[in-house]
Amino acid sequence: MGRIMTDGTVEKSTSDNVEKSTSDNVELHVPVLARVEGEGAMHVKVVDGEVTDIRLEIYEPPRFFEAFLRGRDYTEPVDITARICGICPVAYQMSSAHAIERLCGVQVGGSIRELRRLLYCGEWIESHVLHIGFLHAPDFLGYDSGIAIAADHPKIVESILTLKKTGNDIVELLGGRPIHPVNVRLGGFYRSPSRTELGTLVGPLMAARETCEELVRWTAGFDFPDLEQDYEFVSLRHPEEYPFNEGRIVSNKGLDIDASEFEEHSREQHVAHSTSLHSTLVDRGWYHVGPLARYANNFDLLTPGIQELAREVGLGPVVSNPFKSIVVRGLETLYAIDEALRIIGSYTPPTEPFVEVPPRAGIGWAATEAPRGLLYHRYEIDEQGRILTAQIVPPTAQNQPTIESDLRRFVTDNLHLDQDELQLRCEQSIRNYDPCISCSTHFLKLTVEHQ
Amino acid sequence: MNSASEAADEKPSLAVWKFASCDGCQLSLLDCEDELLAVAGRLEIAYFPEASSGMLDGPYDISLVEGSITTPHDLERIKDIRAQSGVLITIGACATSGGIQALRNGADIEEFIGIVYANPEFISTLATSTPISDHVKVDFELRGCPIDRWQLVEVIVAHLAGRPSRIPTTSVCMQCKARGNPCVMVAHGTPCLGPVTQGGCNALCPAYNRGCYGCFGPMESPNTAALAEQFVHLGLRDDAIARMFRSYAGWAEPFKQEADRWDAS
Repeated sequence: MGRIMTDGTVEKSTSDNVEKSTSDNVELHVPVLARVEGEGAMHVKVVDGEVTDIRLEIYEPPRFFEAFLRGRDYTEPVDITARICGICPVAYQMSSAHAIERLCGVQVGGSIRELRRLLYCGEWIESHVLHIGFLHAPDFLGYDSGIAIAADHPKIVESILTLKKTGNDIVELLGGRPIHPVNVRLGGFYRSPSRTELGTLVGPLMAARETCEELVRWTAGFDFPDLEQDYEFVSLRHPEEYPFNEGRIVSNKGLDIDASEFEEHSREQHVAHSTSLHSTLVDRGWYHVGPLARYANNFDLLTPGIQELAREVGLGPVVSNPFKSIVVRGLETLYAIDEALRIIGSYTPPTEPFVEVPPRAGIGWAATEAPRGLLYHRYEIDEQGRILTAQIVPPTAQNQPTIESDLRRFVTDNLHLDQDELQLRCEQSIRNYDPCISCSTHFLKLTVEHQ
Repeated sequence: MNSASEAADEKPSLAVWKFASCDGCQLSLLDCEDELLAVAGRLEIAYFPEASSGMLDGPYDISLVEGSITTPHDLERIKDIRAQSGVLITIGACATSGGIQALRNGADIEEFIGIVYANPEFISTLATSTPISDHVKVDFELRGCPIDRWQLVEVIVAHLAGRPSRIPTTSVCMQCKARGNPCVMVAHGTPCLGPVTQGGCNALCPAYNRGCYGCFGPMESPNTAALAEQFVHLGLRDDAIARMFRSYAGWAEPFKQEADRWDAS
């Protein structure tokens, strides 16, 4: 994989285009945001050099999952909530399974727990690589799409597709299909794979490892706009592993809570321009979830090889420029590949593919790490297993105020840019978060109203 | 924007549209890793915002439509898309039968909005989630939650070749037998919607020791009543039978009727 230099369309403003830059009044409106999952728009208004309005508008139609989950059986959210998001269904399956198992007093361990981590590895690989190669890299290289990159650089795009396929192959083998896997259930899986079946993944994963290292070096050579903010990074933290399914919810600024305390610490606002709800932390304000947050809170738990690669490409243990999230996604992909190889290497099939999870009345909570950040679920069920209430907080709802804060800062610092360039960079800064708008729409019961 | 037909360079133009959905069906196109670049070489991808910021004006030779109609605005938008499309193909359970969000149908929508949103006045939604074919003429419906990506490639390739696509409308049972799965209902007493559900998934759930949950929707002329009686023999309660039929394709007429029958009993 060779390195591509960014072409002229994404170069920083020069004295030539300062001429046509926009003095003190700017209005940017992008009615259909491209290369994001779901439907959103962006609106930015600057009057007399002051940003007066910044909106990441979300007009994805509401789907009301939390409402129609009521009355369904406690075994069903694993399949139903997967339908919230076609790109991270495993995250929904894992958060719902863990929340309901906790409610029922069941903890899954051993090989089943390992298989769940393996499934998550597959989702991280396919989701991260899709974002790196097809949604984000085109911004840095001045193309409309990954497919357009392929016209000039077919080998690079083919290798990215092969890498993405390796992730999908894991989800497909373990889950039955890459989107909305059918093999996940409360307590584990309907069927566990044999050692031989998992063994077929080793060759492709070894090849993926090499491709991924090149991908990290390639993206690290991109030209990154200046933007650093003092983020509160929120993610899971587990004492021994880079987090997928388990751990406490922590931040780099002292937050350290159990999933059961999450709603006490978070507030959701319903604003007019969004069918997604905005999340903030009580007394702490907006915060940042996703790869940069996991990385900042868990750098020590990456393998020494990955830490070394991070240093080699110029990243410290905390990365505060969101444009560089593309490199951190690559490092996390590499972690998922290594972790998948470790799990497959030491795998012994469980005696039974699942443990029984009998219903009991109560409330259960869980947060797991979707590719784009913390995904919280809460369920309340009765003694028959009927769902009474459900709450879901997806990562993009949590990042939405942060995305708007980045936009505000970026526009304020870059008013000298040509308007087309400014607009492109604003769109790119939204894509830094790999926002999943399908996920973020239509969730929470609100506790604070926006006037 | 430039017009898709101007830029088409003789290649047929493709547009991909989203309504209320999870994105999974259009993502299936990007999940065709080995075929994607070949398909992209045969088509002008004129409008596919999830994958490209290059967006060309219509008309379009082929439109793929994902998602169901749930807002007043989308009701108008689909008519406009129909007018701009040569062939309109709906992809997935939301577009072909209203999807999982059709569980709202028949419920109190004002209450639903109140459960999720603090300021109902900001929310514009219809009381129902309905398939695209309720509103405009659809040329082909591809089933599944999500669709099977090989079926998607088949439909696109068949269209490019000017031949009918080979998409079976028989039940999951047919594929189960062809695959050599033991019958989960006969062998394990597991309730399975396979006998009344259209195949296309290659009998995925039974291959993983689980009963089919009907995500490809009803096959042609399904005998849902006989299957529901079988579920009674397997020990399912009435409400569980109703829930089985009322899920990913629960608004499709045969499944809806069967679910209603067990709700009422």
